[in-house]
Amino acid sequence: MKITLNNRQEEFKDFDKLTVQQLIEKMNFTFKFLVTKVNGKLIKKEEREKTFVHDGDEVAIIHLISGG
Amino acid sequence: MTFEEIKKNLSGKVVGIAGAGGLGSNCAVALARTGLGKLIIADFDIVSEGNLNRQYYFRKQIGQKKVKALKENIIAINPEVEVDSYDIKLDYDSIVTLFTDCDVIVEAFDLAEMKKMIIEAVLSELPDKPLVTGLGMAGWGDNNSVKFRKEGNLYICGDEKSEISEDNPPLAPRVGIVANMQANVVLEILLGRG
Repeated sequence: MKITLNNRQEEFKDFDKLTVQQLIEKMNFTFKFLVTKVNGKLIKKEEREKTFVHDGDEVAIIHLISGG
Repeated sequence: MTFEEIKKNLSGKVVGIAGAGGLGSNCAVALARTGLGKLIIADFDIVSEGNLNRQYYFRKQIGQKKVKALKENIIAINPEVEVDSYDIKLDYDSIVTLFTDCDVIVEAFDLAEMKKMIIEAVLSELPDKPLVTGLGMAGWGDNNSVKFRKEGNLYICGDEKSEISEDNPPLAPRVGIVANMQANVVLEILLGRG
């Protein structure tokens, strides 16, 4: 499948869907605090295991960084 | 637009500032100088000596509540700005209640955990409200890494990578750059593109 992740095209060969959690692991996103959105909808942490990303979806994974 | 027209346009606008530290104090001052009508500022902290390396406070204000000290400083610069200050530790519900009538909300917390909370609160409960966040500003130099992008109604300012630590502290220049970038985004949302 091909998706848009953080405004960039990403291709995952051999997969026609992935959960948001699997996507985070595949991308090696290791930050403790992330905000995840699929097609503009907020996906809370507890929903990441059961929310699927499909071909053509738009995904945003924002890394929260301390400092201010 | 002339500066008079800009001030006239901004005079009826309300901006919420969540946190009065390095980002919040500098962003609020920039908006006050530009002629914003009203600021709603919330923070629970007091001014300490360690804050003076980047936050818009003065030595004589050490020990004062940040929201009180910041209101004084804003009024000293531009007495026309209305400042509502709240000495509270913001949480999910109070963010929604306090900022519901703002035209734009500025995220100005220091901890990643709090940034996550406000982004989730605003995206879930106030989905039409623009939220301007500051992500990544520790250290010094590397000007070209500081950037801006829009993700729906979330406006992200910062390098999105440099986390503060003992060896990479937040300092006035980069924190000021991001705080002023946030103020600049607020103006673009309120006035349209220049």
